[in-house]
Amino acid sequence: MAAARTLSQKVWDRHVVRAVAGEPDLLYIDLHLVHEVTSPQAFDGLRLSGRKVRRPDLTLATMDHNVPTTDLSLPIEDPVSAKQIEALRRNCEEFGIRLYAMGEADQGIVHIIGPEQGLTQPGMTVVCGDSHTSTHGAFGALAFGIGTSEVEHVLATQTLAQRRPGTMAVTIEGELGAGVTPKDVILAVIGTIGTGGGVGHVIEYRGSAMRSLSMAGRMTVCNMSIEAGARAGMVAPDDTTFAYLEGRPYAPKGAAWERALDEWRSLATDDRAVFDREVVIDAADLRPHVTWGTNPAQVVPIDGAVPDPAAFEGSAREAAERALVYMALAPGTRIRDIEVDTVFIGSCTNARIEDLRAAASVIDGHKVRAGLRALVVPGSMRVKAQAEAEGLDKVFTAAGFEWRNAGCSMCLGMNPDQLAPGERAASTSNRNFEGRQGRGGRTHLVSPAVAAATAVAGHFATPEELD
Amino acid sequence: MDAVRVVQGTAVPLGRSDVDTDQIIPSEWLKRVERTGFGRGLFADWRVDRDFVLNQPEYAGARILLAGANFGTGSSREHAVWALQDYGFEAVVSPRFADIFRNNATKTGLLPVEVDAAVSDALLAAVRDDPSIELTIDVERRLIAAPAAGIEAEFALDDFTRDRFLHGLDDIGVALRYEAEIAAFEHPVVV
Ligand code: SF4
Repeated sequence: MAAARTLSQKVWDRHVVRAVAGEPDLLYIDLHLVHEVTSPQAFDGLRLSGRKVRRPDLTLATMDHNVPTTDLSLPIEDPVSAKQIEALRRNCEEFGIRLYAMGEADQGIVHIIGPEQGLTQPGMTVVCGDSHTSTHGAFGALAFGIGTSEVEHVLATQTLAQRRPGTMAVTIEGELGAGVTPKDVILAVIGTIGTGGGVGHVIEYRGSAMRSLSMAGRMTVCNMSIEAGARAGMVAPDDTTFAYLEGRPYAPKGAAWERALDEWRSLATDDRAVFDREVVIDAADLRPHVTWGTNPAQVVPIDGAVPDPAAFEGSAREAAERALVYMALAPGTRIRDIEVDTVFIGSCTNARIEDLRAAASVIDGHKVRAGLRALVVPGSMRVKAQAEAEGLDKVFTAAGFEWRNAGCSMCLGMNPDQLAPGERAASTSNRNFEGRQGRGGRTHLVSPAVAAATAVAGHFATPEELD
Repeated sequence: MDAVRVVQGTAVPLGRSDVDTDQIIPSEWLKRVERTGFGRGLFADWRVDRDFVLNQPEYAGARILLAGANFGTGSSREHAVWALQDYGFEAVVSPRFADIFRNNATKTGLLPVEVDAAVSDALLAAVRDDPSIELTIDVERRLIAAPAAGIEAEFALDDFTRDRFLHGLDDIGVALRYEAEIAAFEHPVVV
């Protein structure tokens, strides 16, 4: 009888091109996603060595990090951004790669469009020069971020030399309480295991609470696996996964679909498989979460208060002290008393249609607090079109939100959407690092529901507080 | 990448845990389409502070960065490695590196030196005490030493990665040697 294996081990084993003891495995890559920021130097490398893209048909490019999200008919103001966007266009043309360019109907954040198009499928290996590639693991794909040298490697060879990662199970058992969202689940996980808690491992999210999540919710959870240091995050494919995929443009059709289902069902972790590490979290204990510091593990429930650094030991204490100085917060301040200047709803963590619906339902009939800037940036042009078809844009704009085009936007502030020094934001994105959303900006990570309620209240709030 | 056998020189005691790649090279620097010129952006937001350790003249010309745990978390940007190299660093010492940062470093010849927390603390203390102290990192023997402070310790580096540093191998060239295996693996899936 074959040894029991986990989901990630099964997907890994299916992709080993060459294995030699003591060396990393040479792994075949099924889908390579490309964006403008981490690819120009890789294409340059190919040109210098006279190499081609081995499988343009397994490669897809989009423009997301730099693109303006305001009026797309205007030229990009920043000449350096414009040059990078132009470089991607030229490179895709020269190497024969499909490109969803700015302004096109399929353009969007790279981790939103892969699933949306049905390109991301169970059992695949997916890479991208972007750490949040872990998002695609929600489908039971092994998906991880790579650097530019590795992007060049995949372009040239469709393979990557990788060491087999460890396996880790994070089991969230039970029922999530009212108002507790997938974002709160992953913030709680990171708060529990820390920013280094997953280093060297692939996390498989398991348990009844995970099974109950939609694909959007699973993507939100897998997306932030990297914030716990994990190589990737995965969820075993099930009927929820299949229902999401069926009928998408690149999903298998007809007899191929039936064959795919059989294969995908066989990917689940075997009953007797043993993980290298296991963490169990009780879903019933979870509350909406808000980060208070400058890494995503510095997080507390919304009913809590900013902690005292003295409660931490060693380097964690020093990190907490530095974070509170940067965030201009005093220990003991109640989270609900913290006021914000800006609310950002967007990013590959929380800018899918389900996220926008959740935020819109909170905002409906309310107004954004006077003086507060609030923006919604859909994750893709398709999400935007869908939201407009449902009238969500009207709900947002009537409340005083700005309604934008698709892109990364204020998640990392490479385009003009940035925080000013000292500005404080409630953000549905994934990183509260110093300066992430603009130099000197202060970021608190929250769910779309909390972001929406906070926009109305002016301080951190949950939706029920508004009624 | 070029071969790296020994890194020798003075060090900068950065310390600090959880230094993410957004700090190493802020996003406004990522718009460049070249691989060079990122040194000026290294720790750009922190360098605004005159007291920041990189601004202190006694650490000028250092080749080794002494960092705290969880160095290089966050974004996969290889620009972080390019910035460290362009500034003049040849090695980073830390009790724990983020996976993607470590991978990127080994692809471009920046040596990630993973040491025990106690060794890391001892090195930081020694260099803070005397910035002129010389460190030697021997890739072949996997040893880091600061003789003047009486410190010598092993660091973790697997054989395969060590050999790549010693010989300066071109990964893509190596992978392309297995063309037959890659071709055999490929099946005509069209996405
Ligand atoms: S939305 Fe943010 S985290 Fe996601 S790919 Fe864009 S910049 Fe990265």
